[in-house]
Amino acid sequence: MLQIRIHGRGGQGVVTAAEMLSIAAFEQGRHAQAFPSFGSERTGAPVVAFCRIDEREIRLREPIIAPDVLIVQDPTLLHQVDVFQGLQPAGYVLINSKRSFHDLGLAEIEQRHQADRLVTVPATEIALEHLGRPLPNAVLLGGFAALSGLVTLDAVAHSIRQTFSGKVAEANIAAAREAYEFVTRQMREIADAQAD
Amino acid sequence: MLKQIEGSRAVAEAVALCRPEVICAYPISPQTHIVEGLGELVKSGSLSPCEFINVESEFAAMSVAIGASATGARTYTATASQGLLYMAEAVYNASGLGLPIVMTVANRAIGAPINIWNDHSDSMSQRDCGWIQLFAESNQEALDLHIQAFKLAEELSMPVMVCMDGFILTHAVERVDVPAQTEVDAFLPPYEPRQALDPDEPVSIGAMVGPEAFMEVRYLAHAKQLSALEHIPRIADEFTSRFGRTSGGLVRGYRIDDAQTIVVALGSVLGTLKDTIDEMRETGVKIGVLGIQSFRPFPLAAVREALQRAWRVVVLEKSFSVGLGGVLSTDVRVALSGLHLAGYTVIAGLGGRAITKASLTRTLLEAIDGTLAPLSFMDLDWRIVKRQLEREAQSRRSGPIAENLLRDVGSVAAKVA
Repeated sequence: MLQIRIHGRGGQGVVTAAEMLSIAAFEQGRHAQAFPSFGSERTGAPVVAFCRIDEREIRLREPIIAPDVLIVQDPTLLHQVDVFQGLQPAGYVLINSKRSFHDLGLAEIEQRHQADRLVTVPATEIALEHLGRPLPNAVLLGGFAALSGLVTLDAVAHSIRQTFSGKVAEANIAAAREAYEFVTRQMREIADAQAD
Repeated sequence: MLKQIEGSRAVAEAVALCRPEVICAYPISPQTHIVEGLGELVKSGSLSPCEFINVESEFAAMSVAIGASATGARTYTATASQGLLYMAEAVYNASGLGLPIVMTVANRAIGAPINIWNDHSDSMSQRDCGWIQLFAESNQEALDLHIQAFKLAEELSMPVMVCMDGFILTHAVERVDVPAQTEVDAFLPPYEPRQALDPDEPVSIGAMVGPEAFMEVRYLAHAKQLSALEHIPRIADEFTSRFGRTSGGLVRGYRIDDAQTIVVALGSVLGTLKDTIDEMRETGVKIGVLGIQSFRPFPLAAVREALQRAWRVVVLEKSFSVGLGGVLSTDVRVALSGLHLAGYTVIAGLGGRAITKASLTRTLLEAIDGTLAPLSFMDLDWRIVKRQLEREAQSRRSGPIAENLLRDVGSVAAKVA
């Protein structure tokens, strides 16, 4: 079972991101369960949402305590919430930021985890460019598809179309594709650096 | 058709497939998405003929449901928590009048302190109201139980509450199989009321009954609930043969055949319990779980049959009778009268406290070791409890408890789970 935890702030579409991810997994024939952290949501307040993906029925209903994947939609949370709590040693991390892990002061995380599974992507900037609004959620799913290979970009596009319609859907898909390409390039650079 | 949708949406679609003629509801978390979904289906014309009546309160919601049902209309409503309390007087009237209303309760705690999260306090507060109470383990079962509930309610002329865990199920997006309209139509015949208000054939419903016949009316309600013990499994079997999956029924055991320890629970925590039990089985612990799908009527014989060969029974419940302990466990104890079993009541998950595999495993191992107290509170933060008790001992003006405890725990925003 793959367990994904998404951190963000109220208004960034954190819960929607988890739901879209579950739809993408469903589209690929898997069982998936998405659920919010059930807080009284307020714009700007820290929000957590969860998604489990498995080949068989998912019965577990506890919050995700030891995630395999962490998606951080707002880098300012890094100083407010222990987003890395319980992260698996071989876990994937995707952070919405223009800065690298090192520049974000996350060198310690880099040491404890596998460097080729830790990626940042400027999702807010990509969203602004395509949507005209700083909504990073669907964009990051494109990045997640590239980072993990656990869902395809096509399945992400499908889930975006299920959630949004018309121009908004197409703009989000274009943004997700750009993030996918950005992360793919980044990972190639990491792989090259490791090979050197 | 397989869909990846929110539990609330799944219930809204299931209710719509049952062709209700009147829906009246007042929004309250975590039930809101269900009635919003139904409102959309009525507005768009995909659920027709159906009248969606906006009401000004839960008391009005149940009152309108009573009026609609009394005219012979298939009637649905939904609520939770304080909303259920607010409609309580009318809830008793619906069952007393024998009206087959179906109501979803998106289970949520009751204040004070105000709390929007899940536990079973709300539906348990209406335990004795004369409604049938069914509990769903998953969103698929919640969907299926609504289809069964209309059939059951109408066969018996008795209202049915379908209880599903608020947020944990209502707000979870997962895979559900939504049946086709033709399949549901074949399973659920049109409603033929035993009594109906009709201007052409005037009758009165709701007479005052004095000491001469009140007990008999109440006894008949009990006899009807007892007959539901036969209707519920029959309807569940018919459902299985038509839809190809198991949902509902009275009780469902999991790995209980050779179990020395059996955990009894209601609702969505059964899933987490099954995963916990699978892991404990791998280490050689003979343990199983018994899920109770029908809480009212309470299936005494089926519970006794399932538990009587075990050595110990742990009732894990999201409800709490202040001054006594368990609610479900009291009923389980009645089912086990005369049997010498070690019995434990574990209160867990109140007000949305997460129930984790780790805590369940620890608690169940303590029960097996015999070190668990007869009544325990899983993951209770004794630190803040003791601090408050000290405060109260030290000062008369110790202040409001809820505010004190929140100060003691500090910011919750920084916590992940």
